[in-house]
Amino acid sequence: MSDLTTPNAASAARGYVPMVLAEQVSKSFGSHEVLKSISLEVKRGEVMCLVGPSGSGKSTFLRCINHLEVLSAGRLSVDGELIGYRETNGKLYEMAPKEAAKQRRDIGMVFQRFNLFPHMTALQNVMEAPLRVKGLPKAQAERTARDLLARVGLAERADYYPAHLSGGQQQRVAIARALAMEPKLMLFDEPTSALDPELVGEVLDVMKGLAKEGMTMIVVTHEMGFAREVGDSLVFMDGGVVVESGDPELVLSNPQHRRTQAFLSKVL
Amino acid sequence: MVFAIILIVVFALAIVDAAFRPAYDWPTVAKYLFDRRISQAALVTLELTVYSMVIAIVLGVILAVMRLSPNPVVKSLAWFYLWVFRGTPVYVQLTIWGLISLIYSSIDIGIPFMHPWVSFETNAALSTFALAVIGLSLNEAAYMAEIVRAGLLAVDRGQEEAATALGMSWSQTMTRVILPQSMRVIIPPTGNEVISMLKTTSLVTAVPFSFDLFARSRDISAETFNPIPLLIVASIWYLFFTSILMVGQYFLEKRFARGIGDRQPDKKGGGSNPDPITGVTIVPGSEQAPATRTGREPETGQGGPS
Repeated sequence: MSDLTTPNAASAARGYVPMVLAEQVSKSFGSHEVLKSISLEVKRGEVMCLVGPSGSGKSTFLRCINHLEVLSAGRLSVDGELIGYRETNGKLYEMAPKEAAKQRRDIGMVFQRFNLFPHMTALQNVMEAPLRVKGLPKAQAERTARDLLARVGLAERADYYPAHLSGGQQQRVAIARALAMEPKLMLFDEPTSALDPELVGEVLDVMKGLAKEGMTMIVVTHEMGFAREVGDSLVFMDGGVVVESGDPELVLSNPQHRRTQAFLSKVL
Repeated sequence: MVFAIILIVVFALAIVDAAFRPAYDWPTVAKYLFDRRISQAALVTLELTVYSMVIAIVLGVILAVMRLSPNPVVKSLAWFYLWVFRGTPVYVQLTIWGLISLIYSSIDIGIPFMHPWVSFETNAALSTFALAVIGLSLNEAAYMAEIVRAGLLAVDRGQEEAATALGMSWSQTMTRVILPQSMRVIIPPTGNEVISMLKTTSLVTAVPFSFDLFARSRDISAETFNPIPLLIVASIWYLFFTSILMVGQYFLEKRFARGIGDRQPDKKGGGSNPDPITGVTIVPGSEQAPATRTGREPETGQGGPS
């Protein structure tokens, strides 16, 4: 681990390692530059909300954090560990798929469309990764899975297939599935955007609970109420750059930048 | 209604007519239906079908993955294979396999242009049965490849992403997440292919291989000078096998539709309140009370409803 630990000089001097450190992260699809030199830092236990118009690159940035997307330039580390690359003599080499998979174990991700495995029950969905990836004994995996389902309020839905759960229930199962790997960081990619309005609350409640327990979270969201109430910081992105960031209360009530103002006036 | 009555009358007349028409020679049919030579030939036909299909499915999966590969060389090779084997008649292919020893008189294993380590006479190494299996399976693999490819492409990309994000390896993602879901798409056409293969085995006479059901019944009728009843005997056996396969296909399809068959739209469902969600009783494979299904290993269940 020590040879992989590459915090930047400033934070090393301060003697602490941020949970997520992005340094000039860029990403292009062909000639289209989606992320333009994004630099930001997420502290341990921080809840960061990423907002911005669609196509602003916030989801792409999130997917870079667990190496679902390969960076075009820059570097990104989670808990001091460089993601997706190995540094040898100052040069970056992309990791073998196996190593990248190992890093993803510690980073939970929740998707807009839930992406539960439809051929498995809620319980099997939650047990799958601990069983196959961590190799936990079955009894233990099941016990943890049931506890997690109870925690998201779905103890009695353990044996239901996803198709027989409501959207909100599916998303809560998806959160339990991600938590089953005991991640140190949770990424939420518009977790409530595919839900009917009346189902949004139950998912946000679970996320609030997580935040209260001190989970480090990065949440791409359009829920400004959630950002204001739960978020420790808010980052506004547009056109692949960070336009404005800071305390959610401040940014939302008194946006400094014209583009932030324009966006918020439409959303709020 | 009237049309249905006419159909029934015509059908009944045809049956009665067939029962008394001497050319069908039903006593001979009865005599040969369970003749040892015929039942053995039926077994050979089954063997041809099973071996060819198993090899074809394995090759088909490999070809399908090759066709989806980002590597252009691998992709084109798979495409070329499909082009050749789907573009020529299976009868012609079987004939060519029968003549393979004229093209390659020996099979050499070793480094090209060097003295081979091992060398077989093609004729001695490959029986006509083996050639029949090779011919049938290589042809079928081309069709299976397209079926498997369609199945893999039918699975939502988000599934692969979710599995990857959980830290699952590519092979775990494939075997645990993608393939089980693609089965739903792959199995119905594969069942059809098995049935089709069973019938296609009657062409192995092109190799020439003559111990399958059709060739055997032709051989017997060549002695008895009475071809019609033996063709009926062969047909009855073919029908018997295809009927069994159809039943098996039905149960397999049911098994792999688990959790997908009757998707409930997200619009419904009342949040976290525990009112019973409609439709849960028709989850395929959960006729038992949910509580009894708890600790069971996902893939070692009692085969669901079957």
